[in-house]
Amino acid sequence: MKLKTKENKMAKEKKTMNLNFGPQHPAAHGVLRLILELDGELVEKVDPHIGLLHRGTEKLIEHKTYAQALPYFDRLDYVAPMNQEHAFALATEKLLDIQIPIRAQYLRVIFCEIGRILSHLLNITTQALDVGALTPSLWGFEERETLMTFYERASGSRLHANYFRTGGVHQDVPNNLLVDIGKFCETFPKIIDDLENLLTDNRIFKQRNVQIGIVTKEEALAHSFSGVMLRGSGVAWDLRKSQPYECYKDLDFKVPVGKNGDCYDRYLCRVEEMRESVKIIKQCLKKIPTGPIKTIDGKISPPTRDQLKESMEALIHHFKLFTEGYRVPEGKVYTAVEAPKGEFGVYLISDGSSKPYRCKIRAPGFSHLQAMDYLLKGHMLADVPAVLGSLDIVFGEVDR
Amino acid sequence: MNLTDLNKLINSELTTKIKNTNIENDELSIDVKVENLYQVILFLKTDKKCKFKQLIDIAAADYPDEEYRFEICYLFLSHENNLRIKIIVNFNPDEKIPSITKLYPSANWMEREVFDMYGIKFKNHPDLRRILTDYGFDGHPLRKDFPLTGFNEVRYSEKDKKVIYEKVKLEQDYRKFDFDSPWEGTKYIDEIKNKGKQDG
Repeated sequence: MKLKTKENKMAKEKKTMNLNFGPQHPAAHGVLRLILELDGELVEKVDPHIGLLHRGTEKLIEHKTYAQALPYFDRLDYVAPMNQEHAFALATEKLLDIQIPIRAQYLRVIFCEIGRILSHLLNITTQALDVGALTPSLWGFEERETLMTFYERASGSRLHANYFRTGGVHQDVPNNLLVDIGKFCETFPKIIDDLENLLTDNRIFKQRNVQIGIVTKEEALAHSFSGVMLRGSGVAWDLRKSQPYECYKDLDFKVPVGKNGDCYDRYLCRVEEMRESVKIIKQCLKKIPTGPIKTIDGKISPPTRDQLKESMEALIHHFKLFTEGYRVPEGKVYTAVEAPKGEFGVYLISDGSSKPYRCKIRAPGFSHLQAMDYLLKGHMLADVPAVLGSLDIVFGEVDR
Repeated sequence: MNLTDLNKLINSELTTKIKNTNIENDELSIDVKVENLYQVILFLKTDKKCKFKQLIDIAAADYPDEEYRFEICYLFLSHENNLRIKIIVNFNPDEKIPSITKLYPSANWMEREVFDMYGIKFKNHPDLRRILTDYGFDGHPLRKDFPLTGFNEVRYSEKDKKVIYEKVKLEQDYRKFDFDSPWEGTKYIDEIKNKGKQDG
């Protein structure tokens, strides 16, 4: 009895310490502020404070035409910009009920897969950096640079591409770009091997990641996880397979699935996904036909320069498209794409005018970050960056 | 199971609890009254055939001129059936919406975001704080009556040696042009167009 009261007293006196992590911390992957409640070195509670990068994207989109709204999507997940544009382009196309040309579909898929490699390269290497390995990030960023020159050659800018359009893509790719992407696909698997050599069997990397941040299947579903976070826990779910968009159903690729749902499995999934992406790009390069790259409907895609000089009608269309913009029929649609980080969705409400009435952006990172408390409870303080790294958080999309 | 089957199933099981269902753009949406919202969502989650185990997002919208000002759309996904569903609820600003955090833990932040952006309150929410806006922010930015430029701006004051808040001062007002064509908007052209469609 005496002992019990003593224990009770101890429990009452147990003091937790509050620790402020971020918002400026190299392992916070941007501007994340975590309020950690610690019992010694054990994490008891995590309260993420987000919104430090909130730019009001959804509000801005309500005030812009559909064409002007598109560039905002580059600025969400700025690591894989074109994947975001894709979701918005698909949503407007669904409302307008238009089909895009085959060549445009292939071009979109090629650049989305490049985006996936871009994102996974950044995530894997910075996750390694968070747990103490410097070299992978140096090697990975060199490849990212190559990939971003592909972006630049197609769209004119390395990061904020603004390449996709409602009804296709902005312009055809320049000569030799596809050849160079093909060459890259030959050499890149070697780089993945090199990265794996550094990390996969690395004792320290495994000690920091195996059995850390475990998510069960049920919990992953309940916490709205998607993408690698879901697949790492053993749910074989990929929107490219289950709800295929564009030409994904004609392409042959596998969906890597994890077993244990820990940080290490998620890392392995990402590595395999990069290999699959290379496979997809190769197939696309083989299959891509010649032809138009955007819909020929003059009410949606602007006329070419040549037409502009000769045709009065083209001039009028051009003027109307760049002032008023095209009108989108009334309706509410939700479209989602398998972005590198998970299901990226756009819920679009149109009132029939040339501006979206409401555009809700569903960012995968938002739900993932929300689960920080659940993931970290009972872990050590040193595991915080490891788990955060494996969540693949980019604040552009979380804060919007 | 496909969308029409699901539509039938929901109509037969939830007869009086739903207002109406419709399939548009290959998406099933269900209109629900606020008082039945929780039960409908509970059914969708627990029913053996529906299995909507994942909440994708909660999206609100503001319609200042309509009978019910706010609309919330719940987006669900069923992995087993490979189906999506939208639950739509319309209500007035003074009404409170039941929180679904007990059913879906991920609803926590989504509801916080809706509260932050629209000022919609949720009953039984464990922690209804602002989430995306600044500490001490006033107003609800995604309401249609909230100006795009906002009310306050921040800058670093050299005098006070800290970041200070000030009323927004713009050299030029936000320019909003009305590009709507006076011709295309005219009714009789729409009528001619529709007539042509019906004939064809």
